[in-house]
Amino acid sequence: MKTNPLSLHIPEPKCRPGDSVDFSDIRVPAAGGVARPAIDVDAATIRDHAYALIRVLGDDHKAVGEWNPKLSADTLRTGLRHMVLTREFDERMVKLQRQGKTSFYIKCTGEEAIGVAQAMALDAKDMLFPSYRQQGLLVARGCPLERLMNQIFSNKMDNLKGRQLPIMYSEPDYGFFSISGNLGTQYPQAVGWAMASAYSGDTRIAAGWVGDGTTAEADFHYALTFATVYRAPVVLNVVNNQWAISTFMGMAGGERATFAARAVGYGLPALRVDGNDFLAVYAATQWAAERARRNHGATLIELYTYRAAPHSTSDDPSGYRPGDEAKNWPLGDPIERLKAHLIAIGEWDEARHVQLIADMQAHVMAQLKLASSHGTLGDPPPDDPGSMFEDVLVEVPGRLQMQREEMLQLRSEIAAQKDSEMAAQRGEH
Amino acid sequence: MARMNMIQAINSAMDIAMAKDEKVVVFGEDVGYFGGVFRCTAGLQKKYGKRRCFDAPIAEGGIVGAAVGMGVYGLRPVVEIQFSDYIYPAFDQLVSEAARLRYRSAGGFTAPITVRTPMGGGIFGGQTHSQSPEAIFTHVCGLTTIIPSNPYDAKGLLLAAIEDDDPVVFFEPKRIYNGPFDGHHDRPLTPWSKHELGEVPEEYYKIELGKAKIVRPGSKVTVIAYGTMVHVCLAAAEESGIDAEVIDLRSLLPLDLDTLVASVKKTGRCVVVHEATKTCGYGAELVSLIQEHCFYHLEAPIERVTGWDTPYPHAYEWDYFPGPYRVSRAIKKVMED
Repeated sequence: MKTNPLSLHIPEPKCRPGDSVDFSDIRVPAAGGVARPAIDVDAATIRDHAYALIRVLGDDHKAVGEWNPKLSADTLRTGLRHMVLTREFDERMVKLQRQGKTSFYIKCTGEEAIGVAQAMALDAKDMLFPSYRQQGLLVARGCPLERLMNQIFSNKMDNLKGRQLPIMYSEPDYGFFSISGNLGTQYPQAVGWAMASAYSGDTRIAAGWVGDGTTAEADFHYALTFATVYRAPVVLNVVNNQWAISTFMGMAGGERATFAARAVGYGLPALRVDGNDFLAVYAATQWAAERARRNHGATLIELYTYRAAPHSTSDDPSGYRPGDEAKNWPLGDPIERLKAHLIAIGEWDEARHVQLIADMQAHVMAQLKLASSHGTLGDPPPDDPGSMFEDVLVEVPGRLQMQREEMLQLRSEIAAQKDSEMAAQRGEH
Repeated sequence: MARMNMIQAINSAMDIAMAKDEKVVVFGEDVGYFGGVFRCTAGLQKKYGKRRCFDAPIAEGGIVGAAVGMGVYGLRPVVEIQFSDYIYPAFDQLVSEAARLRYRSAGGFTAPITVRTPMGGGIFGGQTHSQSPEAIFTHVCGLTTIIPSNPYDAKGLLLAAIEDDDPVVFFEPKRIYNGPFDGHHDRPLTPWSKHELGEVPEEYYKIELGKAKIVRPGSKVTVIAYGTMVHVCLAAAEESGIDAEVIDLRSLLPLDLDTLVASVKKTGRCVVVHEATKTCGYGAELVSLIQEHCFYHLEAPIERVTGWDTPYPHAYEWDYFPGPYRVSRAIKKVMED
């Protein structure tokens, strides 16, 4: 028998710049169609959940089905407020980056329900191990924007002392782990924190986030292995926003299986959720958190969404995807959907929404005024360079003390040289 | 000849290598359709098809591991690690596998791979987009480590790296992709189009790996550098007013010891410069070799100018980056004794 030659498969997204948007292969099931299993369910009996899509908000904007978390109107309005605030904060920070007030920024536009609803569904004491696109967690936990802006500006009130790239927050007081630029490293760490909590007889759980692209990193698989082996009390989230910079999710294996389905092979329960449905995100997170807290172990949640923003301020998506994908995303926009739901149940109206946006913009501007009063990147230049030698270790070792002295000496010599050059220039005129 | 910046020169090297040899394949994160976050692979997928230039999952260990396997099959992979700060998940595949494959199989299997990766600071990238981890790789037996400092060298060295039958780590100092940054961050950058080393032949040429280049002849002191620091040292030499000889290593391993020794024997004084942290940096190896080979010719202790032994601090970029003032001061200091 003749054997045909092999050929290599290279995944390719359906649409590129210039193509018409085509999301026809995305199956959007009706809301309320997925069963909500018991908290202590055997993972093996809910494998189908890894291929389903939990949705609560229907086309009529009503909440339906077993996953409806039945939140009060006040809680829903709080969620809406946090999401709008997150979006307005992002918009303002990108403008400031364009003005040179900071070097870098990452928006989470279109993904606000994820950070916000999840922070609200988790306990305030639970420990968060985020990636760089979950600023909604901090907003919902009440971290003042001024604090975040101080870090973004690397100004004199920056709690990270000017050391970190903007938005790489670290907020121990808000249970928010130091963000790493290296992808996926926080995932096994979230599991380890959860193992320590279980080891210590604590009641707190951990939650971790990665994007679809990062599931390809080994750290993702370490995390799932340790989570299942030690039955760690952790909620592991995959934010499938379709794009890893220019690389579509098929390049991370999303062509063949859902990201939720990664859990199946590890014997972990998986929930696949409409990430733009505030109520569904809340309900799934609540389920996974309760399961973890009752010592039934970890859950993998795939949050199905769309990265409406560029990867970062260093990225221009018009080079690799059609510009109107976000507008046509079949699961809509999380803010618009929660707003429509509140209106549908008679708890909100257009006028109040317009007012909310204005209030949140004013809040951002007021916080910006406070943060700017402490400086923006390089303006004024940061004045404690000696601090860069601190925190390498608990104490500054002799070797670094010597380097610090040398650096400060150099700095004053350079300043003196600049002064004399300027004096000489003035003399010439 | 054509005017090229370093990105275009690197692109040209891969283009020529792919045209010349069907076995050359290029892959990495965002390198396919998009052409790489720094645009080094722009147009290659369009020209050679996605079979030969394609995106990879975000898995540096997977990228290098797959490259080793493809190399074992007989292909010649050129892979990109988006930032050298992200190379560590690939460390095992580089150190335990690619570097030792020839040795442990007694030549039965080899890994003729090239790992391209942007390095270095000066771009306000913070600690995860600024590192210079070259010394970690020069410590590994079986790896070749290359760092070009200009478009002309980048193209010739990359072509030589791709054709080399052993694994090469090819660091690209991203601060000088667009122009020869000399450390004067408050002055406008001169683009490569206005620099003689931005004149790059469009056709094939190679620069032998392991050959340093004297970029500024001098008689009083030898300044050894590579990558971005070559331009900082040239500015420092000028500003010091001292007749300094500046050597661009271009290749860290193999090292052109003969050129270094000849220069230091002539000048009797030496300054070693790199942006990477000081302790156990590549400068330590250079200082050690020079004292081994030139001890009786040295007239002053060798000076090292390096990054401080801390992670790269975002807001204090210019207090960290070893600028021309520091290098010039070290040049003057070795002249005092």
